[in-house]
Amino acid sequence: MKRLSVTRSKAIFKVFAVLLPLLLSGYGLAAASAERSSGASGNMAVTPAVEAVHGGAEAAPEEEKAGDVIMHHILDNHVFAFEPFGSVELPRLSVPAAVPVLGGMDISITKHVVMLWLVSALLLIVFSVVGLKYKTLTARQAPKGLANAIEALVEFVRLDVAKSNIGHGYEKHLPYLLTVFFFILFCNLLGLIPYGATATGNVNVTLTLSIFTFFVTQIAAFKAHGVKGYLQHLTAGTHWSLWIIMVPIEIIGQFTKPFALTVRLFANMTAGHIIILSLIFISFILKSYVVAATVSVPFAIFIYLLELFVAFLQAFVFTMLSALFIGLATAHSGNDEHEAAVAHH
Amino acid sequence: MEGFGLAYLGAGLGAGLAVIGAGLGIGNIAASAAEGTARQPEATSDIRTTMIIAAALIEGVALFGEVICVLLALK
Repeated sequence: MKRLSVTRSKAIFKVFAVLLPLLLSGYGLAAASAERSSGASGNMAVTPAVEAVHGGAEAAPEEEKAGDVIMHHILDNHVFAFEPFGSVELPRLSVPAAVPVLGGMDISITKHVVMLWLVSALLLIVFSVVGLKYKTLTARQAPKGLANAIEALVEFVRLDVAKSNIGHGYEKHLPYLLTVFFFILFCNLLGLIPYGATATGNVNVTLTLSIFTFFVTQIAAFKAHGVKGYLQHLTAGTHWSLWIIMVPIEIIGQFTKPFALTVRLFANMTAGHIIILSLIFISFILKSYVVAATVSVPFAIFIYLLELFVAFLQAFVFTMLSALFIGLATAHSGNDEHEAAVAHH
Repeated sequence: MEGFGLAYLGAGLGAGLAVIGAGLGIGNIAASAAEGTARQPEATSDIRTTMIIAAALIEGVALFGEVICVLLALK
């Protein structure tokens, strides 16, 4: 029991070792997207350009306005708005033009980058507190409060996600899976509090996370099978005359998995916010208090509670599928394992 | 201007069709899972895990469609 809690707190601390690169690259990709949007609008500033595009048709002002507000809420931008109390303009930075390759690239700190930092700071605080708490406990003591809640989630990821999907040698991948689970969970939940923004509702963030899963999977496959085994795996154990079909399919299959992970998390988190805002805007479009009281508010609360569930579910699904892919890549059996892999594409 | 309206129509219809497919798929999974759980209550946790994975995969495909519809409506 004591040993278990020690390994657990070690695993929790290892989580942070993985967190830093994740953060940095999420930041880089968010910056890249900011650069793209500023590139599209030429020399104009980003925000006015976006508003100009969406407010282009003046025919239906109410709906255009609703669409504007929704897109403003969903998309990444340079302003952190606290609506009745004003807003914070985030700094716009760019790489000096003298730098050879990256010269002139926009690396502004955007809303979602701030949320990423907030989430990682929160994770550091929460898990430091919980991890330190375990040092004060004796072997026969059960943790209380926050530590207990986190333990339940960590145990869930360890047993139901990692152990049951990866099997032998799952401990190696546990830090990564725990990091991904809690990072996505906190991102999702922070997006649901007022004035928050969902960093996982940005396709750059989810793409970064899936690229991590991709590399973890590929490296695990190489380690488990060696280069020869890995290449054999690509042929799917078929006759050599079929290789010209099977090898491309297998290679494409390696890339569709992270793509599906990316879009699933991104679309789930974005869709919930769009639905809540659309329901609220029904009453504005119809200009009716009755609709607001009977439709907008009750349904928005219902969707909000559903989103609370979806926040956990999507963190679980992302972690679960990552574990599944790692498990499939490292499995040592021959053909039946491969059939399972095909079924999951 | 006329083509513009048709794109919105297409986006709306596409969103609805994607939801029909996903609804049928996830409904089938839920029905089978409920049946399986009723027949074999001791396998509940296994069934739930399998159900969630399959539902997530179907949902993912439906969301691909929805994303395309959103792009169609916004562009």
